[in-house]
Order: sequence, then C-alpha cells, then structure tokens
Amino acid sequence: MLNKIWFALLCIGILYGFSKAAYQTATGTKPASPPAAATPADASATEDELEDSAFVTMGRKLNQATLESAETAVTICIGLIGIMALWLGLLNIARDAGLVDAFATLLRPLMRWLFPGIPDGHPAQGAILMNLSANMLGLDNAATPMGLKAMNELQTLNPLKDTATNSMVTFLAINNSSVTIIPITIIGYRAITGSRDPVEPLAGTLIVTSISTISAVFITRMLSRRRAYYAPPEAPQPADSDVTITGESHG
Amino acid sequence: MDDIRPWLDLVSQWAIPLLILLIIVWGAVKRVPMYESFVTGAKEGFGIAVMIIPYLVAMLFVIKIFMASGIFDDLKYGFVMAMQSIGLDAYAQSLDLMPLAFTKPLTGSGARALMVDMFKEHGPDSFLGMTASIMMGSTETTFYLLTVYYGAVQIKKIRHTLAACLWTDLIAVTVAIVFGYMFYGSR
Repeated sequence: MLNKIWFALLCIGILYGFSKAAYQTATGTKPASPPAAATPADASATEDELEDSAFVTMGRKLNQATLESAETAVTICIGLIGIMALWLGLLNIARDAGLVDAFATLLRPLMRWLFPGIPDGHPAQGAILMNLSANMLGLDNAATPMGLKAMNELQTLNPLKDTATNSMVTFLAINNSSVTIIPITIIGYRAITGSRDPVEPLAGTLIVTSISTISAVFITRMLSRRRAYYAPPEAPQPADSDVTITGESHG
Repeated sequence: MDDIRPWLDLVSQWAIPLLILLIIVWGAVKRVPMYESFVTGAKEGFGIAVMIIPYLVAMLFVIKIFMASGIFDDLKYGFVMAMQSIGLDAYAQSLDLMPLAFTKPLTGSGARALMVDMFKEHGPDSFLGMTASIMMGSTETTFYLLTVYYGAVQIKKIRHTLAACLWTDLIAVTVAIVFGYMFYGSR
C-alpha cells in the first residue's frame, strides 16, 4: 500500500506540475509565485525567456523540493541524535532505578487492554507509558525518543521484522490522535494574534482528543480483523507472536 | 480563565527539569551507577536517529514534490469552491477549515502557517479560530509520525496503520467541527 501511495504521489506531482505549467503557458496566466521567477530572471532576462517562465518556474520549484527534502530529512535526524541520546540516557537511569517498572505496574490493567500482544513486565510497556505521558505533558523533545525506544522494544516481540505488529499499529494510532493535554504552541500563537482568552480551547481540545484517541483504539481493533490486513502471511498472528517471543528469548 | 496562562507556562517550563530531578533522585535512592547507566542508554540514540534518515528522505521527497506541483493547493481550494457552489452555504464557514484538515497529516509547519493565517484573518476567538485551535490540538502529523516511528525499526509493511490513522484524523476533525458549532457557532 505504501509503495502505491509513494508512486502515485510522486507521479501525480510531477505530471500535474508539467500540465499546470503547460496550461499557464497556453492561457498566458502568470505562475502563482512571481518572486521565485523574478529574482534570478530579472537581471538578464529577455522577453523570450519570460514567455516560458511558467515552465521554468515549475521546474525550479520541483527541483527545489527535491533538494530541500533530502536536506530537511538529514537536518531533522542530525538534530534528533542529541535529543535521542539525552533522553534514552535518562530513560535508562529511570529503568535501572525501577521507576519505569513501578509506573508500568501501576497502569498494567490499561496496558493489558490496549496492547494484549505485550507480555506483562516487558520493557515495551514501560517505554510506551513514558512516551504517552511525555506526549500528554506536551514534552515533544522527550516523547519522540521514548516513542522510538518503545518501537525498538516492540520490534523484539515481532516475528516478522519488516511487518508492523498489532501493538505497533495501536501505539501509532494512539500517538497520531495526539494525547496532548496542554497544547502550549497553539496557546502561544493564540496569544500572539491577540486572543482575549488564549487558553479557552483547552477543554474542547481535551474532549475532542479523548474521543479521537478512544476511537483510534477501536478502529485499529476493527481493521486488524479485516482479511486484507490480517490474513496475509506477513501479518503476525497475536497468538503466534507470543509463542515466537518465548522461543526467541531462549535463543 | 486569564490567570491560568502563567500557570500553564510555569508547568510546561518546569515539567522537564522536575522529571529529570525525579529520575535522578529515584536513581540515587536505588544506588544506580548513574553516569554509566546514562551513557549505556544514550549510545542507542545515535543508531536509532541515523536509521531513520532513508525513510524520512523517501517520505519528505514525495510530500515536497506533491506540494510543490501545486496540485494540493488547487485540489483543496477546488473542493471548497465545489462544495460552496453546490449550495452548502449554511456550512460554508466550516469549509474554510478543510485546507487545514487536509494539510495537517502531511506537514506540521504548513498546517501551523494556515492556522496562524486563520487567526489573523478571522481572529483567534472566532468560530473558525476556536475550531482551528481544537483541530490542531487534537491531530498529529500522520505521515511524519509513521515514517519516523517505523523507520527507526526498519518496518516497511505497515498493514492497517495508515488507514487507522487517517480514519482517526477524520473523526477528530469531524468531532472538532461539531463541537465548534455547538459551543462557538454563534461567534
């Protein structure tokens, strides 16, 4: 599915860009963003070069997007290295001190219900809880490292290393529904733009986000039972995965 | 409600220092060799972060090309125009929220820009401003999240993850709009 989406987005993007430029040239409409065309062209542009600038602009935009994407991806990951190291270090202290386990034990019933595939006392439980709590407090910098740690722990339970398990899907769906209690950046933007009560949407956000989180859990449950997602051989069976874990832990 | 904000700032600024304090104090009580333990855990960080790069390049590449071609902007505004021309004028106000709803799963910074534009144009306390705030607060950047989290463990077959996440996004947006109409519709 991801393969098809990837191909489709890329293909549509380039083809649409081409036909849009062609349409703009044919009808004589100016390209949407003049500054990109104007800055390099102004100095030595003749009338002829300005004629086909719709094509040139579109080409330049697509080129820029290509370069930017590669750059941005690496920038994000390099930035992540330090934060990852810091929080995984702290998390390791917390785990060695038994803090994570204490926390996980406290919320075990909830974890059992949400992630039936994770055996009790597995480090994945603690890591998931730490990620969700960091998310609730709006600590994005701490939440991502803990979330990735949780994924790593979940991967140790995975019989098929290139295929997502039910627990992973549930975990991501919950994360995607945004469990943040205090969306501090939104409050900040509201304050800057002159809201008379920047924190007013707090209650509404909390209600909406709770509804979407709960529905995320049920939607993943429902979808995981569907044949298309459940039956193919690469989909790990919940019952089987437990067997594989015990098998693997001995090896 | 006005006096809540300084408190929220205080909480959000002190949450991390206090969390760190809790961890190290607990560690000290349990006599954990802290420096060693920290370094052992931190070592993993590098590997995980670097592992994500190919996945993130692949995903940002298609999203940026798709956005740069202009099809996304044309589609979302075309959709709004089409809905308005059909005669959904009674709900036309909430149609202004559609671009935000479509953008959020793809790019966080793009969605933030749209939200701030909406605050500036309609005011953060208007129906649109309030609903946009709630929508932004209750959804995440789906594609980025999936890429980073699955990239870290080299998962390529994501099964029903995307479907589940997009359905959840749809529910969040719908509930946010309904909620907005119920409580802030008169603004």
